[in-house]
Amino acid sequence: MSGCKGRFNTGRNEILIWHWMTDRHKAFEELGKKYTAETGIKVVFQLIAPVEAFTQNVSIGAQTNHLPEIYGILGDTQIKASFIKAGHVLKLDEYLDSDNGAWKIRFYKEALETGYFPPVNEFNVPQGYYGVPIDVMTIPMIYNKKLFAKAGLDPNKPPETWDQFIEAGKKLNQSGVSGFVSGWAENWLVYSMATDLACNVMGLEKMLGTFRGKVPYTDPQWIEVFSAFEKIKKAGFADPSIVSLINKYAEQAFASERSGMTFNGSWAVNVFEGMNPNLEYGVFKVPALGKKFPRTVWGAAGSVFHVNAQSPNKDKAVEFLKWFTAPEQAKYLLDKTKNIPATKGLEKSFSPIMNEFASVTENSIHPSRFPVTEDPRVIQVFGKGIQSIMIGEKSSVQVASEIQDAKEKIKDIGR
Amino acid sequence: MNSIANGILTRLARFRASVLSNYLFILPALAMFLTFNVYPFYKVLNMSFFHWNGIDLGGGTFAGLANYKEALLEDHTWWYSIRNAAIITVLALTLQNFLALVLAWIVDRGIKGGQFYRSVFFLPPILSGVVVGLVWNWIFRGDAGLLNNVLDKLGMSGWAHAWFSDIRTALLSLAVVHMWKGFGWGFMILLAGLQGIPRELYEAARVDGANEFGIFWKITVPLMIPVFALVSVLTILGTMQLYDLVVVTTMGGPSGHTEVPMFTIIRELTENHRFGYAASLGVVFGFILVFVSLIQLQLAKRVKAE
Repeated sequence: MSGCKGRFNTGRNEILIWHWMTDRHKAFEELGKKYTAETGIKVVFQLIAPVEAFTQNVSIGAQTNHLPEIYGILGDTQIKASFIKAGHVLKLDEYLDSDNGAWKIRFYKEALETGYFPPVNEFNVPQGYYGVPIDVMTIPMIYNKKLFAKAGLDPNKPPETWDQFIEAGKKLNQSGVSGFVSGWAENWLVYSMATDLACNVMGLEKMLGTFRGKVPYTDPQWIEVFSAFEKIKKAGFADPSIVSLINKYAEQAFASERSGMTFNGSWAVNVFEGMNPNLEYGVFKVPALGKKFPRTVWGAAGSVFHVNAQSPNKDKAVEFLKWFTAPEQAKYLLDKTKNIPATKGLEKSFSPIMNEFASVTENSIHPSRFPVTEDPRVIQVFGKGIQSIMIGEKSSVQVASEIQDAKEKIKDIGR
Repeated sequence: MNSIANGILTRLARFRASVLSNYLFILPALAMFLTFNVYPFYKVLNMSFFHWNGIDLGGGTFAGLANYKEALLEDHTWWYSIRNAAIITVLALTLQNFLALVLAWIVDRGIKGGQFYRSVFFLPPILSGVVVGLVWNWIFRGDAGLLNNVLDKLGMSGWAHAWFSDIRTALLSLAVVHMWKGFGWGFMILLAGLQGIPRELYEAARVDGANEFGIFWKITVPLMIPVFALVSVLTILGTMQLYDLVVVTTMGGPSGHTEVPMFTIIRELTENHRFGYAASLGVVFGFILVFVSLIQLQLAKRVKAE
């Protein structure tokens, strides 16, 4: 099968793009039409949602050699590495470096690194750039300024430490709203907050040491991280449904002012504007739990497009992506979707709230830039463990022990 | 002698032609069956003996029975998801089908507005699982949920809580949503079964002095056994394969307490990229369903014979 030409890989004058971004689809289509008008090359954006369906489609596309010219890969770095090693992803270095690197310098460094494999990596992928970033996101804490004021809190001074966060949550709760909401039925959201806390407590290197299997999850500093969730549980200010809420419901709860704080990404700017244009909110980093290391935020990484290395239209696809990420098109996407572009130089067009999101990206972390990643099965046990803490089912020590057990078991089983 | 031999040969030729034409007629159906049933099953079975992330060239590495060993002996999450589905299935087999039978029996008695009730009861099954999940999520929400508001108005605020987030009620709440969505199927099939029973039997029983309970127990129930068997098998198969409602309401949470087999299998595929292991779970699950359905049918046969 791998030798034959796929259905989409014929030499037609068309670029097919598979993506999962429902909120950006219309804007993508408009840009596709514009490109067609300018060049005569037809561009088709095909939306495949939800993400589970998208992931399945891309996997099947790879198995049957039916991938389109451009597509996204949703999965951990190991999965991206598998796509690259199977020859499904075009290495972009020569394109990025041509014209004295004119295309390369267009992007924020961190955003471009989302699709980069360093010279030495655990996946044995040849060094290089394999993806084109479209936008960047950041996942900080978000708070409602009006509800803060109503609860007697300073709307211009969000919590900086975990204790302040707990106090703010309690006060918000006393004022008649839930203190905190987030879509913690979705594992990745719990995990991203926990890793922010872990970096703050033990530093990035020690956290990566855990992923490498050198530091156990039963380490006291990991238990301190899990205890932070115990404190939320004990203080009782979080939305009672927090562990069974998917993120969309959490966004609704925050946008409808039923909750004073949330943990959510910069894409929420667009979401909140649609749900409640009058929402007054601000952004802050996940409060400090430790004192030694800086507070981090998941971010400066986002949606990435990959070019199908086996497509006869790969050069056309690269040309399209060059055009697509040019400032003019990036500005159009920024205006229409309110996502922070991966293309530099548009900062003046950011709304004040987008500037707030962009300003917290200092010390940003993201698994796509980690040299080592945690196994998704461990992440699942991790997420479930924090859910257990949040419903009072298990203690932080029990959860730490279960995660470590899962990690050791998985090491034996393999993938 | 020659004419006899010719006759035999002619008949044989005709027989062969007729057999051949018979096979030709079933060939399209056979080809479809082989392509869309046998081959995919073979591929899944084959894949279940490999470690494969679905992307690596060459179809992965041979794993022997390792995936089955993990599925059958080591994966507690998997068996917990089967246990969850089994609980919902037992509830659906009893409560859901009892409700469906009662309603079908009432409508069968020619009550006023029977056609209206038929349409109303059949509405939930034809609604999308996602829509049903969204509505019930709003009903069962912990803060602004409809159910909690109603309980509050009734002075029972002590009962109010986050139904999907409490491990004591999460699975039961999911079962309620599933049964609400599914009882209409049972209702329609049972109603069709009830309407297929000759009315003369009821009239004769009444003439003989039988009361309503006696008629139901001695006539309706025995004649409905095949229909009960059908509804039970469909309920088991439908409930054990529950997926969409879980994704929209709980995502398997809190902490895996509402995970069901399909959710686990799809997570292995899409999140963990373990195609071989997911295939082995699918095979194990398929055998469980076939086994349970066979037992169900055997029980129905025995009850009918008695």
